[in-house]
Amino acid sequence: MTPLRITAYSVACGAGIGVPALADALRERRSGLRPNDFTEVPLTTFIGRVPGIEASALPARLAEWECRNNRLAWLALCSDGFFEHAVAARNRYGADRVALVLGTSTSSIGATEEAYRRLLPDGQYPEDLRRPIVHTPHSLGDFVREALGLEGIAVTIGTACSSSAKVFAQAERLLRLGLVDAAIVGGVDSLCGSVLFGFNSLELVSPEPCRPFDVARCGISIGEAGGFALLERDGANGPWLLGYGESSDAHHMSSPHPQGLGARLAIQAALQRAALGPDAVDYINLHGTASQRNDEVEARVIADLFPAGTRASSTKGWTGHTLGAAGIVEAVIALIAMQEGFAPGTLNARELDPDCGPQIRLLNETTDVRVALSNSFGFGGSNCSLLFGRDRHV
Amino acid sequence: MSDTAATSHTAFVNGVALWAPRIPGWPVAAPVLRGEAAAPEQPAARPAPALLAPTERRRAPDTVAIALEVAARACESAGVDPRELASVFACTEGDLAINDYMSETLARTPTLVSPIRFHNSVHNAAAGYWTIGTGCMQPYTALSACQDTFGEGLLETLVQAHSSGRPTLLVAYDIEARGPLAAMQPSRGIVGASVVVAPGACDTSLARIRWRTARGTERTPALPRNAALVAGNAMAPCLPFFEALARGERRTLRLGLSPSMLLEMDIDFPTRNDGSWP
Repeated sequence: MTPLRITAYSVACGAGIGVPALADALRERRSGLRPNDFTEVPLTTFIGRVPGIEASALPARLAEWECRNNRLAWLALCSDGFFEHAVAARNRYGADRVALVLGTSTSSIGATEEAYRRLLPDGQYPEDLRRPIVHTPHSLGDFVREALGLEGIAVTIGTACSSSAKVFAQAERLLRLGLVDAAIVGGVDSLCGSVLFGFNSLELVSPEPCRPFDVARCGISIGEAGGFALLERDGANGPWLLGYGESSDAHHMSSPHPQGLGARLAIQAALQRAALGPDAVDYINLHGTASQRNDEVEARVIADLFPAGTRASSTKGWTGHTLGAAGIVEAVIALIAMQEGFAPGTLNARELDPDCGPQIRLLNETTDVRVALSNSFGFGGSNCSLLFGRDRHV
Repeated sequence: MSDTAATSHTAFVNGVALWAPRIPGWPVAAPVLRGEAAAPEQPAARPAPALLAPTERRRAPDTVAIALEVAARACESAGVDPRELASVFACTEGDLAINDYMSETLARTPTLVSPIRFHNSVHNAAAGYWTIGTGCMQPYTALSACQDTFGEGLLETLVQAHSSGRPTLLVAYDIEARGPLAAMQPSRGIVGASVVVAPGACDTSLARIRWRTARGTERTPALPRNAALVAGNAMAPCLPFFEALARGERRTLRLGLSPSMLLEMDIDFPTRNDGSWP
């Protein structure tokens, strides 16, 4: 494919608000996970909670969209100068020529949960939550469209944990067909009862900070995050989207294909689109949730497909599993690795599972990262791999 | 507007399916939408998709049942193997019944949330069951866009068919709201709609679409007597497109993509005498 330039990007997660803060946390190996203080009913686990959301209301003009998820979206929009870059692109190309494609798994369902906790005696929603737009999946996309004054294609993708990776693929197609001149992609997912108690019901939640690829790993830590990227055909500077691959497992709703067939297809399609071989990849940000099945399957896929010199790690020990936002957060981490010249290791893991090949690393390593791959795999067997390059031509 | 925005792309509708309680399936729906037959008075029972194991058919969430039904029928009418098709699943509200269950359970006894209902609550549950049931490893996506969900879903399907050069499946559906959430998202009944869109014509092609995006707010309405058949359902905005397919008369149709952007389509049909394209 013709590479696309990533002319701006932003992030807000438990490990840092803004790219420089997240880069520092990665370099200094500071985790954003803390004991669960989010749920009213106790749940013994660690969470990647973004500090300060409760205290930062949306601007008055956006009050209709008020909820935790859209506050987190606003925080990420205002980070790293992204808002200004997005508005400049809108003004440069026209508000109808910039597509908005965002991913989320639960959008603002937290607002619906709150309404049910605070139902009036007659069964009605409390007055302050009688706002239909925050009780629908497109809450996120509609909010960001309004916040940025966009007037074009605006859609919210919900493919669980691959959501905000797949947005890059959809945006690339829109740009390739000439339907738009730029695209704002990204995603936001915020902590809510549905995911904390939902993953708990599947016995996938770890009582300790998650330890991806550790032989004694015992489940995921859930996090919240938001992030955005601006894609253009070219620009003055910025890294490049070189390829992407999408596939379906066709196996099980909440468990990966045992041989990782879907994951392999996604990775191979990303490499093929970029016309690169596995040896061109310097760093892989793995899905690495710290669930038994994901890490076992993904470790074998990486060991099979990549040479020993490729560095690979899961950064969920820093951020937690940010679900529908994992795609964009880990895309940004891949871009940080290229920009800062280091490959993050795997935080919290102490002894790697014997399934891991030499690619999966515990420690950070200073190294030239020219090409980085990021994996995102979701419930329902939805897989997406993204391939980024520091330069347009590898 | 720039010139590129006015360029039309061409696609063909090679398979179609539509289901609502009073128009359960395209063979029933098409003559009703043409005004040649009256809709059955008795609403049909929820479809039981053959793709699921018999024990799962009854327990499947409404979103999964309706999506799998129309997806299978559209593939049949297109004469294509579902395993070959990338797919786009479009649903405005997700599974409103499960959202009601989850929110109510979380408010009372959060530690008793059902694991099956939780994994069925994801927006891509129907897409997941479809690819599992058919053994399809092609990619799917699942999206929403308020009242413009069908328009965005059809656009993404057209874009995928064009950029991959292969037939692509669109599956659009919404179900009935339950509980307190129904006051915010008052969707009624069950509606499922599906098409197989391809870059080229084949024996089963029933319509040709020349499509583009355009600024504007004027969406094409369905005829009032037809609109009543899906009134109140969140997927009702899909109807004008299926009405056009049923009527078989050349026309220009505008569906919403966002509050100020439209998907504009010139739809035409093979000529009656020899089936060639005008």
